[in-house]
Amino acid sequence: MSEPTYQVRQATEPRGPIKWPDVTHRAVYVWFRDFKVWLTYYKASLIGNLGEPLLYLLAMGLGLGKMVGTVNGIPYIAFLAPGLMCSAAMYTATFECTFGAFTRMTRQQTYDAILATPVSLDEIVLGEILWGSTKSLFSGVAMLLVMSLFGLVKSFWALLALPLVILVGLLFSSLSMIVTAKSQSYDFFSYYFTLGIAPMFLFSGIFFPIENLPEWAQTMAWFLPLTHGVTVSRALFTGTVSLGHLADILWLAVFFLIAFTFAVGAVRKRLIL
Amino acid sequence: MKQNNDLILNATDLTKRFGDFTAVDSISFSVRKGECFGFLGPNGAGKTTIMRMITNHLLVTEGTLSVLGMNVSTNARKVKSRIGIVPQENNLDMDLTVIDNLIIYSRYHGIGKREANIRSTQLLDFFQLAEHAQSPLMRLSGGMKRRLLIARGLINEPKVLILDEPTTGLDPQARHLIWQKLRALQSQGTTLVLTTHYMEEAEQLCDRLVIMDHGKILVEGSPVELIKEHAGKEVLEIRLLENEGRDDCIESVIGDAGLDGAEVECSTDTLYLYTEDAMALLSRINIGSERSILHRRASLEDVFLRLTGRELKE
Repeated sequence: MSEPTYQVRQATEPRGPIKWPDVTHRAVYVWFRDFKVWLTYYKASLIGNLGEPLLYLLAMGLGLGKMVGTVNGIPYIAFLAPGLMCSAAMYTATFECTFGAFTRMTRQQTYDAILATPVSLDEIVLGEILWGSTKSLFSGVAMLLVMSLFGLVKSFWALLALPLVILVGLLFSSLSMIVTAKSQSYDFFSYYFTLGIAPMFLFSGIFFPIENLPEWAQTMAWFLPLTHGVTVSRALFTGTVSLGHLADILWLAVFFLIAFTFAVGAVRKRLIL
Repeated sequence: MKQNNDLILNATDLTKRFGDFTAVDSISFSVRKGECFGFLGPNGAGKTTIMRMITNHLLVTEGTLSVLGMNVSTNARKVKSRIGIVPQENNLDMDLTVIDNLIIYSRYHGIGKREANIRSTQLLDFFQLAEHAQSPLMRLSGGMKRRLLIARGLINEPKVLILDEPTTGLDPQARHLIWQKLRALQSQGTTLVLTTHYMEEAEQLCDRLVIMDHGKILVEGSPVELIKEHAGKEVLEIRLLENEGRDDCIESVIGDAGLDGAEVECSTDTLYLYTEDAMALLSRINIGSERSILHRRASLEDVFLRLTGRELKE
């Protein structure tokens, strides 16, 4: 059975100058709606959050790790886990703000309903992004628990990885909202996952040091947002944080703000004619 | 102007274009406090487009549209906090239970938790949904969903409730229950604005209405006025015989009998005679024994069909 496609309508009137996002505290109402729905299926969701990193660490960390030995002087599982924490945050946010948000935007007409209230469309988008990053946080907490089971959490610095996954979540939720606003059907997301998310997963330094790549590929990896998340996360868990990592944080924050502005523009263009 | 305070909704030269297509073509209307105002028209007349401009789902191309004296284009948030919307398509939150649909919706309006619970419970009572409060939406019938949709539109205690085809697709019992609730709301002081293509609904509910087609307002008035002015008092419907042409039918029925002010209209299979006195007309014209004939009062449907034409609207 093929999925229905939803026509992406285009506004016909010329738009004025860029209108910056119009957001207030009302975005939290949208976040709360998603949270409330999540409460009805939280068990399944949390089991997924815990199960996935557990499987990865067992297979890749212990299984593959036995062949690899150490990387940059640390056991492979300790090298791998902080990066997986970021990729889990990325995947969680991305699923929520592609499949989840698309369902709410099209099939369920949830945005349409909210738009008849004082909540603005921009706040709906922000609420969805906040929710996406909240789910990233859940996945981050689950990962932190699993890592402590494996004895991989050695200092309190590791707790700072939680705000980091929130930031990663905000960024990938925003990117996903852009994709969602441009999608005609669920099929469209497979392009995004194959061409956008999968390379991010493979080339952001989770599985091997980026320095192993040829120089040009290293440069390209620098442009992948996840690379910066992985770098900071690993530094936090291995106790090698330095001021230089603030640059990575800034990179992520700026990229998030840009992506958010584009996400708002894209959703406006689709829904308000 | 003092009178302005009583204007709930006011449109001046309101226009909406999608590219080359003009959905709403420079129309003006105003809705007064406490009345039930209807937009009647065939599919594609532009009714829903007007509704969606009120909520800022669609941007106004030209002209002005104001609600309670506030321009919808510049004051969207304030406008939306004061009005209630009941959309044509069910956009209830399928992920939530019946009562949570109302509670979460009150959050969007910034209503506090306790107040939200009180209002939600009251509204479920009023719309006879209390026993389904904890049900998932899937369990509700079409009529219940529509009632919940109206209840949701009332959660912010709006001065004006805007309903886009409130009873389309419902069975007669469900429709009558909704009409009853809407009349009760109006008697409590809520202004109602609704679109419909059911004549009966318009006659039942509307104090005033406009009939629209192709994005324009054709006529405006109360149902009684409109019927009187555009359809007269009584109608004779005379079915054409098999293989009989319109002209033949008119010739054989009317012949050279004086019409005395009656108006004649003919569709593919029926001849309509609009008149002030059907009995007098009947005595003059020649029906013959084989024709099927119906004598009835003129209705809004006659006005509607005469103004918007009898061909199928798609």
